[in-house]
Amino acid sequence: MAARSKLYLFLAVLAAMIASHVLSGGAEPQIPALNSYYYDVLIGIGINIILAVGLNLVNGYTGQFSLGHAGFMAAGAYASSWLTLSYGYALGTSGFATTTIFLLALLMGGVIAALAGLVVGVPSLRLKGDYLAIVTLGFNEIIKGVIQNCDALGAQRGLGGMVQHTTFFWTFALAAVTVYVVVSLVDSTYGRGFLAVRDDEIAAEAMGINTTKYKVMAFVLGAFFAGIAGGLYAHFKQFIHPEGFNFMKSVDVVVMVILGGMGSTAGVCVAAVLLTILPELLRYVARIEALPEWLRHIAENRMIIYSLLLIILMLTRPQGLFGAVNLKKKKA
Amino acid sequence: MADKLLELLQQLINGLSQGAIYALIALGYTMVFGVLRFINFAHGDVYMLGAFVGFYLGPKALRLFSEGPSYPGAALVLLLAMALCAIIGIVIERLCYRPLRERPKLTVLITAIGVSLFLENAGQYVFGADPKSFPEVITDRALEIPESWGKISGLTITVSQVLVFGVTLFLMFALSHIVRKTKLGMAMRALSFNPVAAQLMGINIDVVISFTFGLGSALAGAAGILTSIQQPSIDPLMGVNAGLKAFVAAVLGGIGNLQGAALGGLLIGLVEALVVGYVNPTYRDPIVFGVLILILLFKPTGLLGASEREKV
Repeated sequence: MAARSKLYLFLAVLAAMIASHVLSGGAEPQIPALNSYYYDVLIGIGINIILAVGLNLVNGYTGQFSLGHAGFMAAGAYASSWLTLSYGYALGTSGFATTTIFLLALLMGGVIAALAGLVVGVPSLRLKGDYLAIVTLGFNEIIKGVIQNCDALGAQRGLGGMVQHTTFFWTFALAAVTVYVVVSLVDSTYGRGFLAVRDDEIAAEAMGINTTKYKVMAFVLGAFFAGIAGGLYAHFKQFIHPEGFNFMKSVDVVVMVILGGMGSTAGVCVAAVLLTILPELLRYVARIEALPEWLRHIAENRMIIYSLLLIILMLTRPQGLFGAVNLKKKKA
Repeated sequence: MADKLLELLQQLINGLSQGAIYALIALGYTMVFGVLRFINFAHGDVYMLGAFVGFYLGPKALRLFSEGPSYPGAALVLLLAMALCAIIGIVIERLCYRPLRERPKLTVLITAIGVSLFLENAGQYVFGADPKSFPEVITDRALEIPESWGKISGLTITVSQVLVFGVTLFLMFALSHIVRKTKLGMAMRALSFNPVAAQLMGINIDVVISFTFGLGSALAGAAGILTSIQQPSIDPLMGVNAGLKAFVAAVLGGIGNLQGAALGGLLIGLVEALVVGYVNPTYRDPIVFGVLILILLFKPTGLLGASEREKV
């Protein structure tokens, strides 16, 4: 599809969404048979799409390996919560005013997370593969550690009291924006640089591509989206805790990217949907009393299944479900 | 003033005994990196398995010698854990890493993360997620320092601390001997120097890699027992943090360098003890990771590592 017609299509969809949202007076569209549990899962899907598509820019398209996505999410969640908690009613108490503040908060969350991404991106210039993975993991721990020691952000108690601003509309509108930005970016002339860095960094550099700039750019953008996702998450759950943004959360997102296929936005979206529903299905399986005890226990612990999934996927189909990256052969 | 100094000494002693454990784990990271050029993320979890071997087999092993804790019993527990962990390490390499040897590094890295997560979560499933209390294999008590030594008698040095440090030193010397004086050790060094040339010289790299994994995992198993003697509360996630710290230690010392790993482990132990003693215990982990990032930024080869030039 030509870039321009894609843009028009995207704008049309977005405009329709906004129009329906405004016309309904900001109220959620009433979908029958959608009880709060399913609603919860749906919002989770949207947030995970934003996280995974953002991470895919770093891990999939640019070929870096970040294991600290939850850290950026935490930065965004806390920054945006701080803003809405402190200045939530600065513009008045009308729905419009509070929503404006909410959007500003999301933006600020994204920007703060992007700044954190910049800090991580800079060491990434000198590091590759395993080292980078550990450093990003370390940054995740550092961000968590700073929050745990910051009393204004609730420290170990967690932070609560946010108004539930996150709606189905905002979640999926922002997910659509994320997908659109990432897809258009890597499809553009400019964005080919990301792929070049991934495919062969030395060759890319020899061709005059500023690999440093692309790597940092990927980190900053990926972190920005993670920050937005964090803001959405915080204003949906209305309570955030540093431990909610630990290494395991980062792994969740990494698994989505790997399962979907590094470098395939469509695949990653599918994986985000699958892996948000999977734990819920497993929870359901764990309650079926007819099943043997051991199976129910395993179903309760989704990480056993995730980890096996990772190992088996790498051994048999390393490119993921829809992957564009050839991970089968070693680079010469 | 003297009291302050005494306190500092006490912190340093605590730091060294913790650092010895990190050093043992770091040696495994460094050895595997030396021969395969990748970081075995699951190494910290082998250390956890070592502790659980002690938990399940410890009481049985102790009963062979006497009713209560005894040194021969402790030694047997240590050897059992080392042997079983060596087998586990070799099996992990055989099943998960060997089929991927010709694939890009990223694939192996993801697999290693998968193995690590599997061991942690399968551990929670099999052993239970709650902390277990490790059996008493030796009677731990504070050593009595004669009053005549002056102020130093105010220090608390426990039997377990001395034991941990002593055993660690012994294992390090044993390792150093294996790597330097035996044929397999020579093969290991050859492999890490130039894999292709090593193969051409008739070295069976499968055997050497298995041996390396076995050796590293045995040290991790020993670390698991030693740490449980000091802090008898073990759980399936204990390997996560220890593994990461040991990794930082390996990088600090210069990954691929055995002396560096030992030095790095001790330094990280000391840094941790000082942060806990003088700054704020909650800053312990962030500061250790901060150290890692600083090293990677300013001296990526670590304190003792040699720089490796990338060939195009």
